[in-house]
Amino acid sequence: MGLKGRDVVSILDLTRGELEALFETADKFDRRGRARYRLLEDKVLALAFFEPSTRTRLSFETAMKRLGGETIGFAGAEATSVAKGESLTDTIRMLDSYADAIVLRHRYEGAAKLAAEVAENPVINGGDGRQHHPTQSMIDLYTIRRLFGTIDGLNIALAGDLRYARTAASLALALTLFRPRHLYLVSPPQLTMRPEVLRVLDEAGVRYSVHGSLDDVVEELDVIYVTRIQKERFPDPMEYEKVRGSYRITLDLLKKGRKGLKVLHPLPKVDEIELAVDHSEYAAYFQQAAWGVPVRMALLTHIFGVEV
Amino acid sequence: MKEERLTVSKIRSGTVIDHIPAGKALHVLRILGITGSEGYRTAVLMNVESRKLGRKDIVKIEHKKLGEDETNLLALIAPTATINIVEGYEIVEKRRVRIPERIRRLLTCPNPTCITRSSREDVVTSFKLVSRDPVILQCEYCGTMVRGEELENLLTK
Repeated sequence: MGLKGRDVVSILDLTRGELEALFETADKFDRRGRARYRLLEDKVLALAFFEPSTRTRLSFETAMKRLGGETIGFAGAEATSVAKGESLTDTIRMLDSYADAIVLRHRYEGAAKLAAEVAENPVINGGDGRQHHPTQSMIDLYTIRRLFGTIDGLNIALAGDLRYARTAASLALALTLFRPRHLYLVSPPQLTMRPEVLRVLDEAGVRYSVHGSLDDVVEELDVIYVTRIQKERFPDPMEYEKVRGSYRITLDLLKKGRKGLKVLHPLPKVDEIELAVDHSEYAAYFQQAAWGVPVRMALLTHIFGVEV
Repeated sequence: MKEERLTVSKIRSGTVIDHIPAGKALHVLRILGITGSEGYRTAVLMNVESRKLGRKDIVKIEHKKLGEDETNLLALIAPTATINIVEGYEIVEKRRVRIPERIRRLLTCPNPTCITRSSREDVVTSFKLVSRDPVILQCEYCGTMVRGEELENLLTK
């Protein structure tokens, strides 16, 4: 067992046991605060971000620095030879020869799988199109586990854009490794979960239901995982204005919920959560983002096979 | 009135693909990668009478015995096809086509943002069979699922 030397393309590349071991390592790093380590001082991590990213890139960079390692890479393809027409596979071959592992974000689905086939060193998917975002799912699961002490037995809603948001699809897949009590899929009809994700839920026997509004289900929930509904997904701006209200998280809505209800969000958020929620006991998203560093530190040490 | 018949002589050895849905014979050749320039004596019969199908196509390829891996790909567009392997004018093996568990190269992914659609990359498409009845295949790169009736339009040009 162990993640040493492995690629992480999808969250389903890991078992529940491997995730739990990862979370225990993350707990250790989190307990020790901002300590610096020399665990990866002989390692270089390549950060190949063909698409914009703030949190994923910076938290990987922070994680690697805390562990004593170095990072190389780029953010946005404009300043690289990709802009000159270089293929992804050629770029990956080059990075593979420079670095000991590669984190890749790309707007095409399947880019990380292709990179993993090309590279000899481990490839970590930092988001491929609308498909996977496994390290975000690790953070999401870790956050739920820290807040509730468990992931099993909870009522969890995924709300917003379930069709194109890779974070929502990836978390749905991740939850098939656990036993949530019930999964509520809340989205406008144009943005429902894709069939290939529902198929995995069905096969895993996860109980889920599909809803058009949070109002209908808020009283039953332990966790609301919110993703942003992007205006550009709607051909008609009027249509967007009509649906966006149904997915807006307000204090009034949350007050109808159970005690202990928590709101998670992969961030960035724009206006899908009322600002007043930020300072309420419901908001868990800033804490969630902060845990991105210890979780990614844990992942890197497991992939490099270093004892913590 | 005397019935007019289109007769094609028996082949001595090779493969006869019978019960191809009418009009699909050229697709069959394309999937098998037979362009004509290989030199095999090949008969292509289209829209001939069939008791089972009403109309059907038949392809006879002399001196080429097609393997199961090759003919199973025909299940993508001709699930009714039967394969007869002929030796010395006798049928020595008769088999049906069965859609394979994995299909590489033959299909194009319908998702425009799948990495296999990027013109910059030299990547071979790969679909896995996730359901046999109804036929559902899934792109191994982007996860997009395609149903049996869509496959003909997805054959790589």
